[in-house]
Amino acid sequence: MKLTYGIPAALAALVVLACAPLFVGPYWLGLLIGLAGYVTLASAWALFSGRTGYVSLATVAFFGIGAYTVAVLSEAMPYPVVLLVAAGIGLGVALLVGLATLRLEGVYFVVFSFGLAELVRQLVTWYETSINGTLGRYIFLDFGPEHIYWQLLALAVVTLLLTWWIGRSRLGLALKVIADDETVASHIGINIAWTKITLFAVSAVIMTLVGAIQSPRWTYVEPAIVFNPTVSFMTLIMALFGGAGRLWGPALGAIPLFLLFEWLSANFPDHYSILLGLLFIIIVFLLPRGVVGLFDDRFGTRRAEVQPAASGEGAGK
Amino acid sequence: MLMATLVGGLVLGGTYALVAMGLTIQYGIARTMNLAYGETMIAASFAAYLIHNTLGVSPVLGLAIIAPAGFVFGWLVYGILLRPLVARSKNIASLEINSILATFGLLFVIQGVMLVVFGGNYISYNYLNFGIEVLGVRVAANRLLVLFLAFVIGGGLFLLLTRTRWGTALRAVAVNPAAAPLVGIDANRAARFAFALGGALAASGGVVVSMYQTFTASSGVVFTMKALIVVIMGGVGNLAGALCAGLILGLSETLVATYISPGLTMAAVYIIFLGILLWRPSGLFGKVGK
Repeated sequence: MKLTYGIPAALAALVVLACAPLFVGPYWLGLLIGLAGYVTLASAWALFSGRTGYVSLATVAFFGIGAYTVAVLSEAMPYPVVLLVAAGIGLGVALLVGLATLRLEGVYFVVFSFGLAELVRQLVTWYETSINGTLGRYIFLDFGPEHIYWQLLALAVVTLLLTWWIGRSRLGLALKVIADDETVASHIGINIAWTKITLFAVSAVIMTLVGAIQSPRWTYVEPAIVFNPTVSFMTLIMALFGGAGRLWGPALGAIPLFLLFEWLSANFPDHYSILLGLLFIIIVFLLPRGVVGLFDDRFGTRRAEVQPAASGEGAGK
Repeated sequence: MLMATLVGGLVLGGTYALVAMGLTIQYGIARTMNLAYGETMIAASFAAYLIHNTLGVSPVLGLAIIAPAGFVFGWLVYGILLRPLVARSKNIASLEINSILATFGLLFVIQGVMLVVFGGNYISYNYLNFGIEVLGVRVAANRLLVLFLAFVIGGGLFLLLTRTRWGTALRAVAVNPAAAPLVGIDANRAARFAFALGGALAASGGVVVSMYQTFTASSGVVFTMKALIVVIMGGVGNLAGALCAGLILGLSETLVATYISPGLTMAAVYIIFLGILLWRPSGLFGKVGK
């Protein structure tokens, strides 16, 4: 019953969200931009990490690469080309990192991704100071916050559709087998490394694009700003809070937590990171499968599976 | 020039080795990956700074208070934060992920507390800051002391783990946590003890670092990162491996900083790390295969 209304409801929500900039003030528009950004980041994170179990702490590495690419190239090329180049660089780095680390054990990947952001930040800083001669760049692009918002909203929709589609494609099936038993997966002919790398690359390109699209908001960009590790941290906590293995989980986790973080950073700027850390520990302890998993347990709906919560069933039948 | 670089590299490498030993014990024996390790270290650095500047007590004496405090801290963290996760986790892989996530939260808590108490400034203090002639180069006395302390503490730990009955029990848990109880070892107690011991080493490492480097409330992450790299390079749970890998890391960092560019040390570390992992996935001294 509920499922038949899923698609119209989602479309209606999308229309309302798309029209929002016409009605709300600049403060709320800024909030919506941040929200759309984190919904996309958390969904992209879960697309890879929620399905493979490889916890990535490298979100901000790609996010920062995107932002910095725009900062460097926005004067030299038309904007769509800049986005393409940013996506290309993100893809290249993801393939390089994926090829090197995804064949190793999960923990090595976590360790490597933990330092990747720091590595990229140091490399960019080194390049800017010793070869380019200055640190920090300005971004002047002549479009307003509502354009940024619409781009992010579109990217969020694409990410969710992609997650849904991967869930029911051969790639998604292969992932389910890998998650259950890697040995079985390799015996029935699934190329484990490539499956993981493909997914990692898709997720990394989306993260890069989020950074690229959001960067004009800053106007002034330097490595310490765009490679801020809090971004990785918040993405991770949102996806876990919502439930990383489900289609809507990360989005549902991102909305309340983003608003909470906004409120915390406005009211407790000094104790912000302490509260953030405590919240994170509580989430890891109390909600190992996220809020969506909690609902499943409580109401006994479905077994824990990667299945679209609202719109999926209706479209398939 | 080369000689000075080599001595500097040895000092740095000795520090890394000391720091990594604590992490390798925590990860190898207690099977928990502690991402807040560097923050524990930096907290000890701040403690040493306070003791030196307000009480005027030498950091070496401070070590006698700070290292046991690190032990107690590790004991509490394991008992309160990690023990429930160990009980909940079905296998080693899920325990590793759970401990990474929980200690990732702890990282932000400790860092936040230090930022509130000490602010975000770079901090250092003057201790034994005069030169001594060694092998034809002048080396600051505090650096020589650091090297000495690293070898005394690291060596003591090595003897403790290999020569005592109690160290043998710890190593038995590292080799096979499921079989250790069969010979009468309390694996939970051993894990908790190992984690606490790692905390004491982190605290000693922090004191040692504070003697010759500047630090800030947010520099823990870099130390965690380097300690993790040393642990993985040397083979998890392998003390001699950690020593060698730490020295390799320290020497290559100083060489790159001197002859290429100080901004590229992290990149050099990463390239060595990846190279070793691709060549020998279980570390320089790890077991080959499964």
